[in-house]
Amino acid sequence: MKLKSILVAGAAMAMSATIANAATLDDVKARGELNCIVTTGLVGFAYTDESGKWNGFDVDFCRGVAAAVLGDGMKVKFVPTTGKTRFTALNAGEGDVLYRNTTVTMSRDADLKLTFLGVNYYDGQGFMVSKDLGVTSAKELDGASVCIQTGTTTELNLADYFRATGMSYEPVPIETNEEARTNYLAGRCDVYTTDASGLAASRATFDDPKNHIILPEIISKEPLGPAVRQGDDDWADVNRWVLNAIIEAEEFGITSANVDEMAANPPNPSIARILGVEGNYGEMIGLDNEWAKRVIKAVGNYGEIFDRNIGPNTEIGLERGLNAQWKDGGILYSAPIR
Amino acid sequence: MNITTQSYKPGEHPSLPPPRNLVGPVKWAKDNLFGSITNTILTIVAVYLLYLIVPAILDYFFFNAAFEGSSRAECREIAKGACWAFIDERISVFTYGFYPVEERWRPNLAFVLLFVALAPVLFDKVPYRGKLLVFSLLYPLLAVLLIVGPVSVESMHFSQGVSGPLTWLVIFAFASALFVYGSKTHNALAMVVGIVPAGFVLVAFFLSDALWISIPDSIGLTNAADDIYIFEPVDTHLFGGVLLTIIIGVTGITLSLPIGIVLALGRYSNLPAIRTLCIMFIEFIRGVPLITLLFVASTMLSYFLPPGTDFDLLLRVLIMVTLFASAYMAEVIRGGLQSLPKGQFEAADAMGLKYWQTMRHIILPQALKVSIPGIVNTFIGLYKDTTLVLIIGLLDILGVGKTAISDPAWNGLSTEVYVFVAVFFFVSCFGMSRYSLYLERKLHTGHKR
Repeated sequence: MKLKSILVAGAAMAMSATIANAATLDDVKARGELNCIVTTGLVGFAYTDESGKWNGFDVDFCRGVAAAVLGDGMKVKFVPTTGKTRFTALNAGEGDVLYRNTTVTMSRDADLKLTFLGVNYYDGQGFMVSKDLGVTSAKELDGASVCIQTGTTTELNLADYFRATGMSYEPVPIETNEEARTNYLAGRCDVYTTDASGLAASRATFDDPKNHIILPEIISKEPLGPAVRQGDDDWADVNRWVLNAIIEAEEFGITSANVDEMAANPPNPSIARILGVEGNYGEMIGLDNEWAKRVIKAVGNYGEIFDRNIGPNTEIGLERGLNAQWKDGGILYSAPIR
Repeated sequence: MNITTQSYKPGEHPSLPPPRNLVGPVKWAKDNLFGSITNTILTIVAVYLLYLIVPAILDYFFFNAAFEGSSRAECREIAKGACWAFIDERISVFTYGFYPVEERWRPNLAFVLLFVALAPVLFDKVPYRGKLLVFSLLYPLLAVLLIVGPVSVESMHFSQGVSGPLTWLVIFAFASALFVYGSKTHNALAMVVGIVPAGFVLVAFFLSDALWISIPDSIGLTNAADDIYIFEPVDTHLFGGVLLTIIIGVTGITLSLPIGIVLALGRYSNLPAIRTLCIMFIEFIRGVPLITLLFVASTMLSYFLPPGTDFDLLLRVLIMVTLFASAYMAEVIRGGLQSLPKGQFEAADAMGLKYWQTMRHIILPQALKVSIPGIVNTFIGLYKDTTLVLIIGLLDILGVGKTAISDPAWNGLSTEVYVFVAVFFFVSCFGMSRYSLYLERKLHTGHKR
């Protein structure tokens, strides 16, 4: 009885803390800094350069949010988390928004009390094997040992896939992508499975990339997207529309280079609305009307962010694929700013 | 031999050298490497294994390694082995983390002064030891001021209360008066009650931005408008790399020893309340993994603190690491206390020594000496455990390495980073273990077996 009342009291305190956190937008403005949850390091998505500055695909979206809210893309404090600690860190208020190559799922949305804001990268889980294994399809992987990151959706997908196909496998649990790469190359597992983007990125760094093949089967949908704590709709709106603005800017050809020019002389009403020349869309989300202009100026549009960090001209060399604009055969489709 | 030709008196003949085949490397090899058939086989196998491993390792890490280049691909063009250019390029991040470049002289200075402060504590033949020990005592304050910079007065709640600074001045005046009164009348209680708040106010004022920014600002030494300060505050989340490892390690090590001694004495005490409290604390901390405590410090704590409280993450981690190490330290020192025969306590009692006198002069010097290997063991364990802060998002030397590996230009160089980190930890920990051997030899008074 006593224990129960203590637990209830604890829960009540936890609840009150969550409710008090409701005005995240004001907190961020008052703090003058955005706390953004990222990974402890994933090639192309988040890493530090030689001066200790954070770079990467996810990092650029964080900087975009900071540019919209605080007017400066550098006013971000990065909170590096592992796959296991990311949601706890978000819910405990250690971060304001999470951009950590995180798959949007129903249980995370509903059960973990997160609010997902959209998708910034469409991915799918694949398998990589050495050519020496003589395997050409995932259906031939019965009895294989598989390097798998714990605490991720890929771990669950793997179990599902092997159960559905009636095959057995031996999991080799690992913590990070880098660890997986080392273990796989050392031959401690036959198969390395993670999102196809991660596989391609890892393979690009092998000494003999041609000896490794990525099997044709993509066994899951992995829409990666940002999240915020549940219960602060205003803050969720800010982040959702920053993401949409970055995507829509590419659709209308607004780049970091021509944004000033377009703002001075908008070629069409859609662009005028995005850049705050027409309407007061910024004010609707608690910002000023030049919010999207600052975002694009700071980090560029979706295509620029993609090309700079993970696109075909980088070491990672990912193709746009599903992540092309809907007009170009992809599924990137932003709700209109109007 | 004829006894008359003997040129030495009986008993004065100098010792002859041993026969040739009983000394020297040949003899040693014969005894130790080829003493028996089994040993001979083992030697040959071991030499073959060394032949396989050592040249390959040397080749990879030195002879065939690339020391220049600006990306992994360039490294691979130069040589097939390790790519040290990566470590070279990232050395400043490995050392300071994200600490602002123009302020890096401050941790440097603090690091140099650390040795000045440590020397008189570690070695007793240092010149001017007495004066240097005073410096050692003040060093923590100086280090905080140097590395963190002035602490905002508002965050210390100076400006809150009835009338801000005046309240604190009154508290300080009363407390120091009480301390002076206590020291005059030899009243220990009055001294303690006086010194704690007075010291707190002094420390707070010394670290506050009122002293280091507002006052210099008003007399023109600094300029708030142009952001020219003597000490710019540096946010603790910018700490990283070796800097962070040393901050956590040194704080944990220096604080856990005194707290551990107090806990051990408490557990050994005859007063049931103190004993129970110490046992509960020690057993609770020892029953929980460090990683759990860190996790509680980083995420759970904010659920229980009042909303809006911004309790520095690094400070939370330092507290948790110190508490954790203290509990282990207490048990190590209790082991030392157990090793003393009861007669030591009884003899001290018989001489009429009071509790603290007994402890200070009879018990602790012996108990601590016996516990040195265990104490240093705990230190080394704690130092290596600092890498666990990676889990809660602080980037120590290992964490910085992990984020650096993910740079596309350098991706795939994990071996180099892990070897570098391993060498760093080996040097630090080996130094500590050598010092403990020196200390044991110095304090050796014939009890050693």
